[in-house]
Amino acid sequence: MSAHAIEEIDTLYGLMAEFETAGELVEAARRVKEAGFKNFDAYSPFPIHELDDAMDLHDNRVSLFTLIGGLIGCCGGFGLASWVEAVALPLNIGGRPFISAPMYIPITFECTVLIGGLTAAISMIVMNGLPSPYHPVFNVERFTDASRSKFFLCIESEDPQFDRRQTAGFLESLNPEEVAEVAR
Amino acid sequence: MAQPVELPSKIEVGPVIDEGHSLASVSDKIAGIVIKRKITIGWVFGFLIAFGFLQLLMAGATWLFVKGVGVWGINIPVGWGFAIVNFVWWIGIGHAGTLISAILLLLNQSWRNAINRFAEAMTIFAVMCAGMFPVLHTGRPWLAYWLLPYPNTMWLWPQFRSPLVWDVFAVSTYLTISAVFWYVGLIPDFATLRDSSKQLWKARIYGMLAMGWRSSARHWQRYEKAALLLAGLSTPLVVSVHTVVSFDFAVAQLPGWHTTIFPPYFVAGAIYSGFAMVLTLMIPVRTFYGLEDIITIRHLNNMAKVTLATGMIVGYGYMFEAFFGYYSADIYEKFMIWNRMTGPYAPFYYCLIFCNVITPQFLWIKKLRTTPLILWCISIVVNIGMWLERFVIVITSLHRDFLPSSWGMYWPTRWDWAVYLGTLGLFMTCIFLFVRVLPMITIFELRMLLPGARVKEPVAQ
Amino acid sequence: MSENSDSLNLTSIRTKLDKAKGAGYWRSLDELASVEGFKEFLHREFPRQASEWIDDEGRRNFLKIMGASLALAGLSACTRQPTEFIMPYVEAPEQAIPGKPLFYATAFPVSGIASPVLVEAHEFRPTKVEGNPEHPASMGATDVQAQASILGLYDPDRLQTVNYIGEVRSYPSFLSSFVNILARQQGNQGSGIRILTETVTSPTLYGQMQDVLKLYPDAKWYQWEPTGHGRRMGSQIAFGKYLNPIYKFDQADVVLSIDGNFLGNGPGGVRYARDFVSKRIMRDGATTQSRFYAVETTPTSTGCKADHRQAIKPSEVSGFLQGLTASLNNSAASGPLANSKFYSALVKDLQAAKGRSIVIAGEDQSPEVHARVHFINEMLGNNGHTVVFTQSLEAKPVDQWADLQALVTDLHSGQVELLVIMGGNPVYSAPPELNLRGAIQMAKTRVRLGEHDDETSEICQWNIPMAHAYEAWSDAPAYDGTVSIIQPLIAPLYGGKSAHELLSAFTETPEKSSYLSVRDYWTAKHTGADFETWWKHSVHDGFVRDSAPPAVSASASLAIPRTAIGPAAGSGYDISFHSDPYVLDGRYANNAWLQELPRPITRLTWDNAVLVSRKTAAELKVEDEDRVAIDSNGHTVWGAITVLPGQPDGSIALSLGYGRTRSGRAGNGAGFDVYPLRSASNPYYARGASVRKLGEKFKLAPVQHHFAMEGREPVHAGTIDEFKQDPYFSEKKSELPPKGLTIFPDTWKYEGYAWGMAIDLTACVGCSACVVACQAENNIAVVGKEQVLNTREMHWIRIDRYYKGEPDEPDMYFQPVACVQCEQAPCEVVCPVAATETDAEGLNNMVYNRCVGTRYCSNNCPYKVRRFNFLLFSDWETESTKLQKNPDVTVRSRGVMEKCSYCVQRINYAKITAEKEDRKVRDGEIVPACAAACPSQAIMFGDLNDPKSRVTQWKRHSLNYSLLAELNTRPRTTYLTEIRNPNPEVGKSEKDS
Repeated sequence: MSAHAIEEIDTLYGLMAEFETAGELVEAARRVKEAGFKNFDAYSPFPIHELDDAMDLHDNRVSLFTLIGGLIGCCGGFGLASWVEAVALPLNIGGRPFISAPMYIPITFECTVLIGGLTAAISMIVMNGLPSPYHPVFNVERFTDASRSKFFLCIESEDPQFDRRQTAGFLESLNPEEVAEVAR
Repeated sequence: MAQPVELPSKIEVGPVIDEGHSLASVSDKIAGIVIKRKITIGWVFGFLIAFGFLQLLMAGATWLFVKGVGVWGINIPVGWGFAIVNFVWWIGIGHAGTLISAILLLLNQSWRNAINRFAEAMTIFAVMCAGMFPVLHTGRPWLAYWLLPYPNTMWLWPQFRSPLVWDVFAVSTYLTISAVFWYVGLIPDFATLRDSSKQLWKARIYGMLAMGWRSSARHWQRYEKAALLLAGLSTPLVVSVHTVVSFDFAVAQLPGWHTTIFPPYFVAGAIYSGFAMVLTLMIPVRTFYGLEDIITIRHLNNMAKVTLATGMIVGYGYMFEAFFGYYSADIYEKFMIWNRMTGPYAPFYYCLIFCNVITPQFLWIKKLRTTPLILWCISIVVNIGMWLERFVIVITSLHRDFLPSSWGMYWPTRWDWAVYLGTLGLFMTCIFLFVRVLPMITIFELRMLLPGARVKEPVAQ
Repeated sequence: MSENSDSLNLTSIRTKLDKAKGAGYWRSLDELASVEGFKEFLHREFPRQASEWIDDEGRRNFLKIMGASLALAGLSACTRQPTEFIMPYVEAPEQAIPGKPLFYATAFPVSGIASPVLVEAHEFRPTKVEGNPEHPASMGATDVQAQASILGLYDPDRLQTVNYIGEVRSYPSFLSSFVNILARQQGNQGSGIRILTETVTSPTLYGQMQDVLKLYPDAKWYQWEPTGHGRRMGSQIAFGKYLNPIYKFDQADVVLSIDGNFLGNGPGGVRYARDFVSKRIMRDGATTQSRFYAVETTPTSTGCKADHRQAIKPSEVSGFLQGLTASLNNSAASGPLANSKFYSALVKDLQAAKGRSIVIAGEDQSPEVHARVHFINEMLGNNGHTVVFTQSLEAKPVDQWADLQALVTDLHSGQVELLVIMGGNPVYSAPPELNLRGAIQMAKTRVRLGEHDDETSEICQWNIPMAHAYEAWSDAPAYDGTVSIIQPLIAPLYGGKSAHELLSAFTETPEKSSYLSVRDYWTAKHTGADFETWWKHSVHDGFVRDSAPPAVSASASLAIPRTAIGPAAGSGYDISFHSDPYVLDGRYANNAWLQELPRPITRLTWDNAVLVSRKTAAELKVEDEDRVAIDSNGHTVWGAITVLPGQPDGSIALSLGYGRTRSGRAGNGAGFDVYPLRSASNPYYARGASVRKLGEKFKLAPVQHHFAMEGREPVHAGTIDEFKQDPYFSEKKSELPPKGLTIFPDTWKYEGYAWGMAIDLTACVGCSACVVACQAENNIAVVGKEQVLNTREMHWIRIDRYYKGEPDEPDMYFQPVACVQCEQAPCEVVCPVAATETDAEGLNNMVYNRCVGTRYCSNNCPYKVRRFNFLLFSDWETESTKLQKNPDVTVRSRGVMEKCSYCVQRINYAKITAEKEDRKVRDGEIVPACAAACPSQAIMFGDLNDPKSRVTQWKRHSLNYSLLAELNTRPRTTYLTEIRNPNPEVGKSEKDS
């Protein structure tokens, strides 16, 4: 059985069900989850917040990284200005003190936003594993509609519960448009 | 069913998106403009005009580099002329984009979805135009990079007390973050374009840009977080940028520049001119590309209202500039405002009052707000008005300052005009290219406005 | 070097050499030597193609030529002149250290009157002129012309070669043909020879002239200059002999100036300013002030300093003086102004100050006026006390207008074989009715010695380049007669010849050098023992000690023929002619520094203008820059209007010296020529002129457009009474922000030196010498009229001029403004690259090579003293002017900001010297260029941390105030309030202060 499963995993990425509306997808996702599947994903042409609960996705690392990035920018900005004016190039500029704190605020702020913003975008992209030019789900003919009008749910063969026939049957029971096999 | 989502019934000027659109239809319609629609003669014509103006910039900049900034009308005492006027004006225009995409996102204003992509594009192009001027206007542009903090053998650094250095940071941050925000927003739509392109090469290009986006729920979840964070960061950013720009003047001690009212009043002015520019561009575009059903009268109406509101703030600013002048009991301030109203540049001042204070008042009338043509004309007037405002602030404050002996005048030369019109050319050229190669409306966000996007309550056990 | 400067160049020689092969080579040299001008070519220090060094091919040939020149050294040796020694002022040349300037004492004569100067030379290259502190006429200061003379030396448009009807010749070839011409004159006692010179004062030259006239008894020598006539003839009329008046302003309690610009131009101007101001300044506890009345036909910088100023039409001056004479005799007052408060007050003051007053007439006034003034001084008992006389400084004073007439008659008689014109530019400046241009052409041979190829050279066959004052030996008296020996600072740049050399050409020693001429003259004249030491000392000091002629007593009589005047008034406007304060009669028209130097009153550059009062302007329905046609003397000139308060109604003022057509790149086309309007009979003013509006505009380029103070008080001014009541009255005018008014603590202390400057507005007479001095010292670029029109002039120091009081008869004030070196400098804070910052001694330094040119600093400078190189303003092309550049100061390129540096190069020079001697810099050791040049010592510089330094004393004075103090910029340069001494009886003083 297991050997058979291995062989399946090499050839088959998973089984994909296609749905007409967002509602059906959310419902399906909830059922798949209840059925105890781990490795599955839903695909929709726009973000559906209900899915986050249905699949219970609560990844807050993006926010965390952004916060860290922002703080680095903040200290970096003020640090840079102060270091330059007091250490690197200490000059008498209009009789002002080396650390003219109020005049370094704009720099500090801009650096905060710059670093923070960049970490937000980059961490999102990286954690989503992008860029990934190739992915098996694209092998499904009708999957092009995922970015247009249709909703998909794919249970991957890595999932310990995965069984070609049973899982297919299970998916059918969610009354999708159709169920397709996703080749690797 | 026909009633759009989260749309309070009291809104009487129509929906954010007309009936009869489905997930598929909006996607195809907007993607279609980019990947199916043939290049029309009208587009080519417009593009060539814009491109022609762009050549003015090329000529103007070349001559400038060959001869020096002396080819402009600037002098002592008026050390800053068109270059800085245009810089501030362009930056201001940029602000609408970020405002729409960031602030309205935070305020959860669904109507923004139809216009934010376009506005953001406008932001980036405007900031590109603006960003050129600080470099062009330096006496030795080939050394302008000295304003950046970079380690060098001379062990020299920028002087961080100077608002110009703040500008460098603010503007570059603004450009970067806006571009990132814009690109992040584009990723899902690139995917759409990739999937609906018939030609392979198009699919390839958009595929690259989409970075293999596959609309996975797990991705969407992080995606939305990032978008929200970016919006949250952009909101103070957009406010800070024009504040910093206003510091260029407020930090100086010149009468007419040295005033605490500048930051808020510049930001308001920026949004004001920004929205005017969005209208100026949107109204023709929605007609040419038949997007009246997506960029509806309601959008125009809302933007008109924002324009009116910010216009009022700007008017309030003018009022108080004058009041401070009188109330300060400072002879220089008094004279400055008096000189603005009666001096050699008075016509510009009254012209700006007309454009920025009188004209927007028409927007109280709903009929005008909802008549695209009139709205368009008003938006043009407002743009001119905001340009004049910057002219008045920069020139009239400089040309007569403390010592009467050093008073002078400033008149632009043909090269001042060449560079200014040139940047207009650059801006329009970018816009023309943009509408051809990128979806000018955020498709995936538009989808969320559709009835089909609503999730029925799952059956409870 | 210009192309036409030499017919022979390296290529032509090379072709010859290339033809020559092997052994033939040396022979071919002889061939070469016979080529005309080749010797001269070898004499030159460097053959023109020094650049040949660069390309290899060329270099080899170049070496060939140099080899040739060595081989031919012998050839030139036989014509060697005896060595000429000149004396460095402080150190002997053998001690010359590269990079260390040497100073040579010499003099710069302006129409015969020497300004004693020290010339700074870097590696024997004159770069800057300073006053000669030991000379009574200078006391270390200079006037504008002397400062600008250094640029005149390097003027690229100077005549650069001897030429005959346009083709280049060598001086020897001139001599040979000249000798032939003279030979023809031997027979008829030289009756065909006429020599026209400017006013001759040089004893040597006069001696030579007499020798010439001995050789050619029937030859005639005429002198003529367009201006300065009144002073000469005035004394003749009043005293029956030619005398030279010297005024003692330091002893005068009341001064009346009749159109006199004695603080600006004219002989002794520098010394007079010093003396006059000594009676005006309120420093060191002074409590009294002399009183100064001015009666003027047009506002002058001198008139601006008057306690009471009255505008008067030129045709009324004589009448006014007659009236005054009567009134001083206590007979009934009559004539113009007679029943004005001004007049009665003036009379009272003059009578009260008998023997302690001075009445002085202007250079441009008629002999009659001068005579009347002499007489009034006589009545007041001033002659012999405040006004002393010496015999005329001119070698042979004559009625020059008669001379000119005589010359013209001679020429018309057609018997003039040889006409030699030395200096001057009569064709340009002579009255049209004489038609000098035509007359001169009647002379068979016309020889011209001139610095430029000008209007006069145009019609002369032989043109000899004239050596600049710094290129040749000569001698000339200062205003008081003290003779200066003029020593050359540099070999003639363009092979110029001096008048001495040209006169020698008449004698049997035609090649006698000016050195020998001068030396021989003085050897003959010297009585005491040991001539050599005496000579060395005289040359070293720059003047011959005790050579001033003794005072002569003289009594003026009042037998004055009324000079002819034009038609009766009423039929038109009066015109008063004035020599321009800077280019004078036009002789310095091609000096770009002087052209771009703003005129003290109009602040105009690059043009003269038609000056009219507001009323007259209204009459004519004209405003500034309207072009008008002026008809007078049967001629018409076209000029642009400048409306000038203080100008008498019904009279227009025109300045000479403009509208040159052949002066060079700077002078050509600047302004309009008014000489045609001057009649030979009355060249001082005209009447009945008509003015027509042409309905077109002509752009004038003033550097200042607003002269009212707009209710602000950049210039603090008050009366001596106010000062006596409350010494601190001026301080109260400006509100000083409390010291603690800053969110930043006072972080910066200035231990060690703290440089500062104080400017005494009472002392400043607006002469602008400081501006030119600064320009010369700091390599400041000339920008040209087009740029000035766009207010882009580059002067680091400017002299603002303000009006105060009623619009038609305003009080006028001068205020020199340079960078005030703020301790809390607004410019520094806004510079994004720290290109300007304060150093440990409080100097606000501008770092040129760090500047990227955002101009933000200038915008934020409340004093607007920063200057920006909008284009490539510095001249990187003209070779000759490069020699003038001060090696201690960067030549700025395009796109950088610049400004006054307190002459930091001088500060550092002094600091280094002091350090080497292990001491502190002494007070007065550092003198910025502006302060050094200032005739009235209005500028004081020094160390503010030194309680004993003079600048500290000045700043402690109750009249000390900072410009725009309310901005809390804490400037290092402060001002001393201007104090005036108006007569309470007149009561029009300080109306609105």
